[in-house]
Amino acid sequence: MKKEIENLKEYKYGFTTDVENIRAPKGLNEDTIKFISEIKKEPKWMLEWRLKAFERLKKLKEPNWQKPKYPKIDYQDLYYYSAPKNASSKPKDIKDLDPKILETYKKLGIPLEEQKRLNGIAVDAVFDSVSVATTFKEKLNDVGVIFCSISEAIQKHPNLVKKYLGSVIPITDHYFATLNSAVFTDGSFVYIPEGVRCPMELSTYFRINASQTGQFERTLIIADKGSYVSYLEGCTAPMRDENQLHAANVELIALDDAEIKYSTVQNWYPGDEDGKGGIYNFVTKRGLCKGTNSKISWTQVETGSAITWKYPSCILKGDNSIGEFYSIAITNNHQKADTGTKMIHLGKNTKSKIISKGISAGLSDMTYRGLVDISSKANNSSNYTQCDSLLMGNKCGAHTVPYIKNKNSKSNVAHEATTSKISEDQLHYCQQRGLNSEEAVGLIVNGFCKEVLQQLPMEFAVEAQKLVGISLEGSVG
Amino acid sequence: MLKINNLNAKIKNKSILKDFKLEINPGEVHAIMGPNGSGKSTLSNILSGKKGYDVSGEILFENKNLFKLETEERAHEGIFLAFQYPLEIPGVNTNIFLKTSLNAIKKARGEKELDALEFLNLVKKKAKELKFEEEKLNRQLNVGFSGGEKKKNEILQMSILQPKLSILDETDSGLDIDALRIVADGVNSLRKKDNSFLIITHYQRLLDYIKPDYVHVLINGKIMKSGGPELAIELEKKGYESYN
Repeated sequence: MKKEIENLKEYKYGFTTDVENIRAPKGLNEDTIKFISEIKKEPKWMLEWRLKAFERLKKLKEPNWQKPKYPKIDYQDLYYYSAPKNASSKPKDIKDLDPKILETYKKLGIPLEEQKRLNGIAVDAVFDSVSVATTFKEKLNDVGVIFCSISEAIQKHPNLVKKYLGSVIPITDHYFATLNSAVFTDGSFVYIPEGVRCPMELSTYFRINASQTGQFERTLIIADKGSYVSYLEGCTAPMRDENQLHAANVELIALDDAEIKYSTVQNWYPGDEDGKGGIYNFVTKRGLCKGTNSKISWTQVETGSAITWKYPSCILKGDNSIGEFYSIAITNNHQKADTGTKMIHLGKNTKSKIISKGISAGLSDMTYRGLVDISSKANNSSNYTQCDSLLMGNKCGAHTVPYIKNKNSKSNVAHEATTSKISEDQLHYCQQRGLNSEEAVGLIVNGFCKEVLQQLPMEFAVEAQKLVGISLEGSVG
Repeated sequence: MLKINNLNAKIKNKSILKDFKLEINPGEVHAIMGPNGSGKSTLSNILSGKKGYDVSGEILFENKNLFKLETEERAHEGIFLAFQYPLEIPGVNTNIFLKTSLNAIKKARGEKELDALEFLNLVKKKAKELKFEEEKLNRQLNVGFSGGEKKKNEILQMSILQPKLSILDETDSGLDIDALRIVADGVNSLRKKDNSFLIITHYQRLLDYIKPDYVHVLINGKIMKSGGPELAIELEKKGYESYN
């Protein structure tokens, strides 16, 4: 039994895959950007767009207002593109994929082979800087859904990409978003045509494999009028002593009466027990409820990364649009998180809901930071925010920083926050009923997170529950 | 079944149990009565494995040294504590808690775990017997339950887990007369030749419904007198003062 627990405590996705890589030369400069654009056979407009972002980047400063501090990143000492050699031009058929990569995804529990595919879930697999496989493409094609890598979309659907890329997160947005715009490598592209309810869950599985490499993924999801899509992303990385940067941009656009449900289960390598290594997860995620009656819902389960720094946000532009944010963030050992959301109410009758559950254990530190901004024109709008923090032990921290700007007297904002601790008595009670201490913590924490877990698609809710338990293992004496 | 020899227990250097001795054989019902602060709850806490006590002496449960067993291992062996103050666990469905508990114990014993349907049938039957409203099984564990409901929930758990030794820590306190009868019926239905009970109480009242084989008077961490059921009646008349 003890042994089993020991095994579980280890980060089970920490292995590396030995594949030969093609890399861009080290360093952040125009040549690197040209290299990326060229190897992806991008059209000229795309390269120009990247270079424009790079020009802008030179004038920007890295932000420093966040709670978790980190040592200065040497951007010239990073690789910005790394791809398995024989995958740099994406194989047409999964059969042609490097068996080592297939094996990697199998180990991660994401079978890509035709006969073993996850039921009812289409997967785009991103390995370092490239998308290596996308499943169920034909089936989705039949209903007009486009689900492919962003690189492929740039070539095959340039009009959609041109129209929407950077429309929610402009290239001038902020340091990491601008950096991403200059050097993004791959990610997913989704377009749901008018009136189509996407027949299956779409998901992207991000894997960092190569060392000294930053991953700059770019995802763009467009839900046309009256359409619906549920999308899920998962992330893992090998165990390394170094800190690796993951700076992604995710843009969502929902037109009239459309709904996008975006779920994340983030389990990047968190570093070891002493805080060595781990991923810097600095991500910009923003959804635009562009049309009337549109809805965007973010659900995140953040258990990994050395530092998580992200605020999946909704811009509620269309009248009657709805934004939701459901979050579970767990930090253990030396992990740090500064996460939350922004709800920007621009349209009339817009509604937003924020449910945030933060759990900190060990020596970790957790901050919920959120903005609710109701503009003077957003009549009859409302927000409900609930932020709950759960502390385990006496050495961790939890902070709640809500910013509320209500410029409209016809609109209202409600905020509730609680902080609690798992009590020794609760643990004793569960243990007296036959659960060991880890199971007891898992049960109590899952109860604490229930409202958020319920938002996840069924298949992932079970996995997320287990992950919640595993992330906190070793946090009780 | 349970043998306690010279148990001494301290908390923060304050001596609570002093050379405490007790032996419970299979099928016996023992009642421990005593005033506030006599060490009754400390005894149930220590038997269940609660940390924070400085203990010496020996506790054997079916010849196994209890001090070497974790709290959950004691539960797996068949020790059950009906808590004086059952804990609330927000977000955890009562049914799910019960199923998790039962299956954790079954698993540890190498028995077949119950699937959702088997469990539901079992819990429905038991809840009916105890007049525990089924609707409450779908509520968060003990959250918003009245004092009486919490105590009944403890007895429901006991009847599902079928422990060898059940310790009832002031289960009667806060119960109205109807609830008291239901709790007593629950205990009595579990009374078999292999199952034993340790009932901790202030009052003789519960013992009208659950007839003990032995009654012990606990004062200042020591058993001052032991006897049959008649001792409880004597106590009620004389009060604890006379045993000091």
